[in-house]
Amino acid sequence: MGKKSTLLSRVIGAPYILWAVLFIIVPIGMVAYYAFTDATGAFTFDNMLEIGKYTDTFLLSIWLGLLATVISLVIAYPLAYIIANSGENRQKIMMMLIMLPMWMNFLLRTYSWMTILEDNGLLTTALNSIIEPLFQALGKEFEPIHLINTRGAVVLGMVYNFLPYMILPIYTVILKMDRSLIEAAQDLGCNKLQVFKNITIPLSLPGVVSGFTMVFVPSVSTFYISQKLGGTGTTLIGDIIETQFQTANNFHLGASLSFVLMILIFICLAVMNKFSDEDGEVII
Amino acid sequence: MANNEIIKLKNISISFDEEKIIDNMNLYIRDKEFITFLGPSGCGKTTTLRIIAGFLQPDSGEVIFDGKVINDVPPHKRQLNTIFQRYALFPHLNVYENIAFGLRLQKISEKEIKETVTEMLSLVNLKGFERRNIASLSGGQQQRVAIARALAVKPKILLLDEPLGALDLKLRKDMQVELKNIQKRLGITFIYVTHDQEEALSMSDTIVVMNGGKIQQIGTPLDIYNEPKNAFVADFIGESNIIEGVMRADFWVEMAGNKFKCLDKGFGVDEEVDVVVRPEDVDIVKAEDGMISGKVTSITFKGVHYEIIVEIKGFKWMIQSTDYQEVGSTIGLVIEPDAIHIMKKSEYSGLYGDYSSFSEEFDELSDATVYEDEDE
Repeated sequence: MGKKSTLLSRVIGAPYILWAVLFIIVPIGMVAYYAFTDATGAFTFDNMLEIGKYTDTFLLSIWLGLLATVISLVIAYPLAYIIANSGENRQKIMMMLIMLPMWMNFLLRTYSWMTILEDNGLLTTALNSIIEPLFQALGKEFEPIHLINTRGAVVLGMVYNFLPYMILPIYTVILKMDRSLIEAAQDLGCNKLQVFKNITIPLSLPGVVSGFTMVFVPSVSTFYISQKLGGTGTTLIGDIIETQFQTANNFHLGASLSFVLMILIFICLAVMNKFSDEDGEVII
Repeated sequence: MANNEIIKLKNISISFDEEKIIDNMNLYIRDKEFITFLGPSGCGKTTTLRIIAGFLQPDSGEVIFDGKVINDVPPHKRQLNTIFQRYALFPHLNVYENIAFGLRLQKISEKEIKETVTEMLSLVNLKGFERRNIASLSGGQQQRVAIARALAVKPKILLLDEPLGALDLKLRKDMQVELKNIQKRLGITFIYVTHDQEEALSMSDTIVVMNGGKIQQIGTPLDIYNEPKNAFVADFIGESNIIEGVMRADFWVEMAGNKFKCLDKGFGVDEEVDVVVRPEDVDIVKAEDGMISGKVTSITFKGVHYEIIVEIKGFKWMIQSTDYQEVGSTIGLVIEPDAIHIMKKSEYSGLYGDYSSFSEEFDELSDATVYEDEDE
C-alpha cells in the first residue's frame, strides 16, 4: 500500500504545492529581492537604512493596531461567550448579524463611517447637540466635538471592520468546549465565576490567539482606513508602502518596508503565542 | 435503618420534551453502601445520577441529603463528587493540578494540598505521575486521575457514571476490583451507573434495576439474580428462559406440558405466571429420563460451556452445559425445584426470555429485523 499511496498523495498534492510556490514563496522572494537591491539590481542595504526615517510610523501602526485588537477582544469575548451559551436559534441569528456586514464591500463600509463621523455628519451633530447645553450650563465655552481625521476614528474603523474575525474563533472555541469539563469544575466546588476563570478562559485561549492574529495583522498593515478616517494626521505604515508603489514608484523602499513589517508582525505574534500557552494549540 | 439514610429521592419526576424520563421515583440510599443503577440506555439511570449531583432539577419531587432537602443547592455546594463518563479531566492542567483543583478552591495551604495529592496518587497507584500531561495518559490512567481528583475533596458520596465504559475488558475487570477496594477502604457511599449486569452483580451491595424511567426491582445482587420480579429483570440480569406457566397449587407449576415441583407459593390456584429457568440450572439427561424432552436445534461453543438451543413444544430453551450434544438429537431435561423461579405476570410478560430468534441469527445475518427485537 505504502508506495502507491505516497505517489497518489503526491499527485493530488502537486497543484497545491505549485500554487504555494508560485503565489507564496516566489512573491516573498521577490519582496526580499527588491528590498535588498537598488534600481540597477545591485545588492544594497540603503533601503533598509532609509527605513529608520519611518520608525515613528511603524510604532504608531503597531500601537494603533494593538489598541484596535485589544478593544476588539474586550468587545468580542463577552459577546462570543453569550452567543455560544444561548439557544440554537438565537445563536444562528446572532452569528448571521455578525457575518452580514462582512458580506458588504470593505471600502463601502469604511466610506460610510466617513459620512457618519464627519463634522456635520450624523453622529457628530447628534453628540454636539447633546453636549452644547451642558457646556452652557457649566458656563464654559463650547467647543464642538471633532471625530473624523483623528486616531480614534482610525481605531474605530479597524475595530468595526475586523471585529467579526475576533468573535468567530472565540465563539467556535467556546461552543466546542466540552460541557462536562464545566460540570466537573462545578462538581469540585467552582461557582459560576470560578468556572469562568479556571476553565472557560484558559480553554478558550487558542481562540483568543487566533482572533488576536486575525485582527492585529490587517490592522497594522491597513492603509485605506487610515486614509479615509485618519486624514493627513494619521499616516500608517500601510499608507507609506502604498505611496511607494502607487505614486513614488520606489519599489525598493516599498518592498523593504513590507519586509520589515512582515518581520515585526511575525515577532509580535511569536511573543503573543509564547505568552498565551506553552502547548499553544492555535486554530486559525 | 432510617438514621443511616444519606440520600432519599421522594416522588422524583422529570421530562425532556414532553417525554417522561423518570416517573415518580422513590428511593433511599444508605450511608457507606455501594449502590448501582442498572438498566439499558435511556432507562433514566444517568438522569437520576445527574439529579443527585445537582446538574438537573427534577420537575417535581424532593432530593434529600442527610435529612435536608437539597433541590435548590447548586452542584458546587453539594458534598458529593462525580466521575464522568469520559472523565472530564482538565486538558490545560497536569495530573497534579487536576487532582489539586478542588483543594485549591478550598483555600488550603500548599503543603496540605501536596500531602493530599500524593496520598490520592498512591491510592490509585499513580505515584510519580504528578507532572504528566493529561493527553499523554492512557484511558485507564485517566480514569484513575479522575477518581483521585474526585476523592481528593473528601466527598461523602461518589457518583460514578459508567466510569469503566471506555476501557477494554481486562482493564475493566481490574478496575472493578480496585474501585470496590477503594470504596471499602474509604468507607464512603458509591452510587454507580452501568448497563453492564455483570459489573453490577460483582461490585454492588444493592442494585436498582431501572427501565422506562421506573424502578423495576431493588435488592442485593443475589436477590436480583435469583428472585427477579418480572420478565424484564430476569432477562436483563443474565440469561434466562422465561416460560408461560400456570400455578396449579402451592409448590406446583405446570409448564411445557408437564408439572414441576417448585419452591414458590402464595399464588392463586390456576393463576397464570412467568416461570424463569436459568440456562445453567438445567441438567441434560437421556430423552427417556427427562421431565421434558426436545430436539437440539443449535450448539455454540462459548469457552467455559456450550450454549445449546433446545426446542420443546415450539418454545426454544437455552441450556448451558459442558457436554457436547449433536444438533438434531433429542435430549431430556431435568429441572430441580430450586432451579425454578415463579413471577407474577407483568407488562413485560411474553417480551423476553425466548431464544427462538437466537439460533436464526446466523442464518439471517442480512435480515435486519432479527436484530430489532434484541435489547433496547
